[in-house]
Amino acid sequence: MTWLSKIRKVPFWSWFWFLLGVLYFVLPLYADFEFSLKMERGRLSFKAYEMAFQDPEFLRTFSYSIMLAILTILVSIALVVPTAYWIRLKLPQARRIVEFITLMPFVVPAIILVFGLIRIYSSPLEIPFTSIILIQPLTNFKIGTNILIIGGYTVLGLPYMYRSVDTGMRTVDVRTLTEAAQSMGANWGTIIVKIILPNVRTALLSGALLTFAIVVGEVVLASFLGIPAFGPYLFLLGQHRAYEPTALAFTAFLLTWAAMGIIQLVTGGQGQAAGAH
Amino acid sequence: MVTTTLPAQKEKAPPSTWKNWIGVIPFFIFALLFLFLPSIRLFVGSFTDAGGNFTFANILELFSQRVIMDAFKISIQLSALTAVVGGIFGFLLAYSVTVGGLPKPMRSGLITFSGVASNFAGVPLAFAFTATLGRTGIITAVLKNVFNMNIYDQGFNLYSFIGLSLTYMYFQFPLMVLIMAPALDGLKKEWKEAAQNLGASNAQYWLKVALPVLLPSILGSMILLFGNAFGAYATAYALTGGALPIVTILIGAQIRGDVLHNPGLGFAMAMGMVFIMAVSLGGYSWLQSRTERWLK
Repeated sequence: MTWLSKIRKVPFWSWFWFLLGVLYFVLPLYADFEFSLKMERGRLSFKAYEMAFQDPEFLRTFSYSIMLAILTILVSIALVVPTAYWIRLKLPQARRIVEFITLMPFVVPAIILVFGLIRIYSSPLEIPFTSIILIQPLTNFKIGTNILIIGGYTVLGLPYMYRSVDTGMRTVDVRTLTEAAQSMGANWGTIIVKIILPNVRTALLSGALLTFAIVVGEVVLASFLGIPAFGPYLFLLGQHRAYEPTALAFTAFLLTWAAMGIIQLVTGGQGQAAGAH
Repeated sequence: MVTTTLPAQKEKAPPSTWKNWIGVIPFFIFALLFLFLPSIRLFVGSFTDAGGNFTFANILELFSQRVIMDAFKISIQLSALTAVVGGIFGFLLAYSVTVGGLPKPMRSGLITFSGVASNFAGVPLAFAFTATLGRTGIITAVLKNVFNMNIYDQGFNLYSFIGLSLTYMYFQFPLMVLIMAPALDGLKKEWKEAAQNLGASNAQYWLKVALPVLLPSILGSMILLFGNAFGAYATAYALTGGALPIVTILIGAQIRGDVLHNPGLGFAMAMGMVFIMAVSLGGYSWLQSRTERWLK
């Protein structure tokens, strides 16, 4: 083989596009990282990270977002797992409509969702045709806005959580497991918690991590509902500081990467995309 | 509680009685409270005038208000541009790691990174691009110091249409990679062998066999990318501070305070957006169903 034919074997254009892609991926991250190290004049340091992490407001908003993420994940699991299980077991004819509903967030983006939520729940919920007030306006008190945001986040995560769990259940013989459990005297609650959940744990983990990635940096719902979460905090910080926000942006990237990396690891390469753009 | 199932019932599909719907009621109540009621409220609002009467005026006014039409125009241009360019670039990347002959590890690396990048959006992304292409960004500085070219004097501005497009591209093309990689895997080796046996060149194989099979999938994915950009708010707001009036930015302003001076018009605008998103998702699923005939 001559050197010429050896060179011809190298897929030149493949490498070209690949490297161009890598460059597009890496350059903004590198730029962000380098900028975040420049807080101290004349030398590179992690000063910006130190400052950012020490800000009590960062700790407060970040832990608040993590709490929201955990609650959203719990609500999603409580909602999606029994529904997907029930559809597999008893109600296959509901599959299409439920699937359709879980895909609705692709048509109703976050900004529209929050618009509707605010308009609905900023007036008291009355029993139709009477003036009996069922619930006071949810947007007027703290627990109310928290209910709204967790509900909204659950909606945004629904496509990923449902698809993940549904795919996970496909590999499990739900019917046989259920009958075995029933014949040993288990009730529905026991079946779902002790039989179904452990069998779809990989799917749950990847759904949960995607939800986590969506919620922790989310800014639209949080800022319009006035929730003291990490997203709005980072946005405000960016308006009057230079270095700390880039440090936190890089941290957010590492977090996203950690979440996606674990998903890749547990699902064996079934990459998924979510987004709170 | 013990319930027993007779073996005879095992194979039969469960009878559809109202009792069977009990298990999915919580899900439907949730969907009603957090998805349907808000959507219905916007829908009803867009056909209601200030006095609470039915009207088409809001929908009609959408088309006569310059601000709103411009916003839709910019949003559509932005989404279409990033969908097509991001789609082509994403396709080439997916090609290079699947059938393009690159080593295996490149593939899993690219897929993981695409998963991350398609999720890395909003405020952090805006900061990263400011550090890259802002007035003091790395690329700006390199071009100025090495090539003696100030892109900001040449008319470039990160906080404008072109800057926002470059930023959107960061989550657009990775999404394309994620969708196209499995589709490219679906190309059967036999097709290529058959084409080669009949004397086709590589270019002929791609133009006459592979691309026609992949075309619905490519177009469908681009439509998905379009919707992905069309609904985006946080990235644009964080980057331009609302200076570039795309649809989502205008709706955001309308939520904060009635900038259109007509609540019904705000609802109508939201509905217009949902309409465009729904049409694009419909187009996507139609094209997707056409692809599945071949790539399964």
